[in-house]
Amino acid sequence: MADLKEMRFTLSLLVKNHSGVLQRVVGLFSRRGYNIDSLSVGRTNDDGVSRITIVILGDTSIVKQIKNQVEKLVDVIRVSIITAENGIQSELILIKLSTENGNRTNVIELSELFKAKVVDVTHTTITLQLTGSNNKIQSFLDLATPFGIVELTRTGITAIGRGEKSLKDTPYEQL
Amino acid sequence: MELTGAKIIVECLIEQNVDTVFGYPGGAVLPLYDALYDKSDKITHVLTAHEQGASHAADGYARSTGKVGICIATSGPGATNLVTGIATAQMDSVPLVAITGNVPVTLLGKDSFQEVDISGITMPITKHNYIVKDVKDLANIMREAFEIAVSGRPGPVLIDIPKDVQTSVCEYKAATPCEKELVFDRLSDESLEEAVRLLKESENPMCYVGGGVIISDASEKVRTFLDLIDAPSCVSLMGCGAIRSDSHRYTGLVGMHGSKVSNVCVNNCDLLIVIGARFSDRVVSKASSFAKNAKIIQIDVDPAEIDKNIATTCHLLGDINVVLEKLCDKIKKPLVHDEWMETVAQYKRRFPLLTNQESQRASEVIHALNDILGENDIVTTEVGQHQIWSAQFVDHKNPRRFLTSGGLGTMGYGTGASIGAQMGNKNSRVVNIAGDGCFRMNSNELTTISKYNLPIVIIVMNNHTLGMVRQWQTLFYKGHYSQTTLDTPIDWLLLAKAYGVEGRRISPGDDAKKILEEAFELKKPVVIDVEIPLDDKVFPIVPPGNSIKDMQGVVEIDLI
Repeated sequence: MADLKEMRFTLSLLVKNHSGVLQRVVGLFSRRGYNIDSLSVGRTNDDGVSRITIVILGDTSIVKQIKNQVEKLVDVIRVSIITAENGIQSELILIKLSTENGNRTNVIELSELFKAKVVDVTHTTITLQLTGSNNKIQSFLDLATPFGIVELTRTGITAIGRGEKSLKDTPYEQL
Repeated sequence: MELTGAKIIVECLIEQNVDTVFGYPGGAVLPLYDALYDKSDKITHVLTAHEQGASHAADGYARSTGKVGICIATSGPGATNLVTGIATAQMDSVPLVAITGNVPVTLLGKDSFQEVDISGITMPITKHNYIVKDVKDLANIMREAFEIAVSGRPGPVLIDIPKDVQTSVCEYKAATPCEKELVFDRLSDESLEEAVRLLKESENPMCYVGGGVIISDASEKVRTFLDLIDAPSCVSLMGCGAIRSDSHRYTGLVGMHGSKVSNVCVNNCDLLIVIGARFSDRVVSKASSFAKNAKIIQIDVDPAEIDKNIATTCHLLGDINVVLEKLCDKIKKPLVHDEWMETVAQYKRRFPLLTNQESQRASEVIHALNDILGENDIVTTEVGQHQIWSAQFVDHKNPRRFLTSGGLGTMGYGTGASIGAQMGNKNSRVVNIAGDGCFRMNSNELTTISKYNLPIVIIVMNNHTLGMVRQWQTLFYKGHYSQTTLDTPIDWLLLAKAYGVEGRRISPGDDAKKILEEAFELKKPVVIDVEIPLDDKVFPIVPPGNSIKDMQGVVEIDLI
């Protein structure tokens, strides 16, 4: 029987680079009631192909359904589920922290601990760029929140499989 | 050779052996209609009263012939009028290609006159769709659309073609259409072995057959398979015609309006073999109790149907023809379930499909119709009580002869579908069984039936109410008949006359068969008004939320 525990799953999709592809994929998610936790899209080394990474919340039976439904879209070339074991997942965030309380040094110290990069500084704020896994970013955010987050933007998770093969060459997997 | 986009569309239709299209002209498809004018010797264009009628006609044509149905509409309202028909086709996996015009590319996105984003609108209700912005892509998109419409699990494809793409010129080279490939690349030997093991272990196997069997023309194979494994079978609404209803293996519909026999067998069997069916909520009712004593083998071409509504023990992915052939090869020796088949026969005697209500007029008329209709004649229906009565009482003999909107439940489907069915089957008699509520919706298509003098017989089961909704109001809403009474004094025969269509009436006490025979002999369109009592009901029924074994309105005969 299906595992009914709600978990986070990362789906990596190769899609034809047409206008409207994103709408097809996202539309499928919304009309079937699947929750998107994060979404990132970009070109690939092949001009005709884009790659979409979608993080969803659900149990394994939902994920199986989603994968099957997404695979039916004509513009979708390949779908794979990326886990901590079989792939690498990373996200980039830009975060503007308040330094009004004279805690600029503390912020810089935190940023060094997390290997974040300072990308902008003003009299009252400091803006950092940080990349990493969901866990790393979450811990950073937990520690940074007390300084006062002025604003925050995230790219959403992007992911790639481990090993020699590309997603394009990965055979179809039946869940 | 260099051709305009409009001519390329028509040439591509001819490439695909299209000889009949259904549509309605308008500003954004003027170039296309001009090209069709030039090729009217090769392509018959059927002008409907409304674009919705064209989409249902294309659907009826596709379901009854197995070919791709084509409908054409102009931009804006023309395109949106196709939407219900496209959604109907999507839900029932019918191969359609819908062609719409749009405003010129330069005017797209500017809220131009009669502009609508039909590709955006139809995204959730098509298998795929296109907007063609460059005439150079047009021919390949047309070909791809046909391929997608029929491949794997069929469905509708829409191609939106701006007017300037229709008038631009480009090089056109004729191509031959691709042969349809039977999909079975995901069918594993292990799953086949497991299925064979389950089949051999089973003592009380039961089949549940759906529309997939009809679409993939696998009825013959299913019938052979049933004999080989010696099992009874029920059908979903979409599966009507896959098995002859006079077969001793046939137990009728399953689910909400299933026969008691089907529902009991599904409940009692130890193995349920599901072929081209999708466990619709109208079949399953309460999912947690559906076939809960059984292991389940599901055969389907669409991986997304596996474990979607009901978890299966074993699934066989692929075209039903291929899967059943391989399965039969592996089983080799016929299985025997004499005791189980005898139990089923007894159930059939104990729970006959009879209605225990004040009148049986609708079923009497359908029985009279059964005496007249032959192997190749076609019944279309609308949606509601008359639809279920038709599914229950029509003698189903062959696939593609019973056309009904199962998934979407589109009232007004049948009139359009009957037009398509008749255009595609000139030698078959076509009967549309309607209710008065449905017939009001698309009776404008009498225009089309009259214009082309199609000898369609429309039987209006007239109870002056939206019967199915009223039935629910009676059973579950304390008899509050909110907006379901259709007491406007419409004379359907006068309406028919206005369109130049013959009219007949079957009143209580009339010889229904004689009147029907006379109607068919006219070889002209005829509307027959059949007065039926207000409160006749569709029975048996599984009240919403119940297990399918808990039915109301079952007639039980004491066998002792």
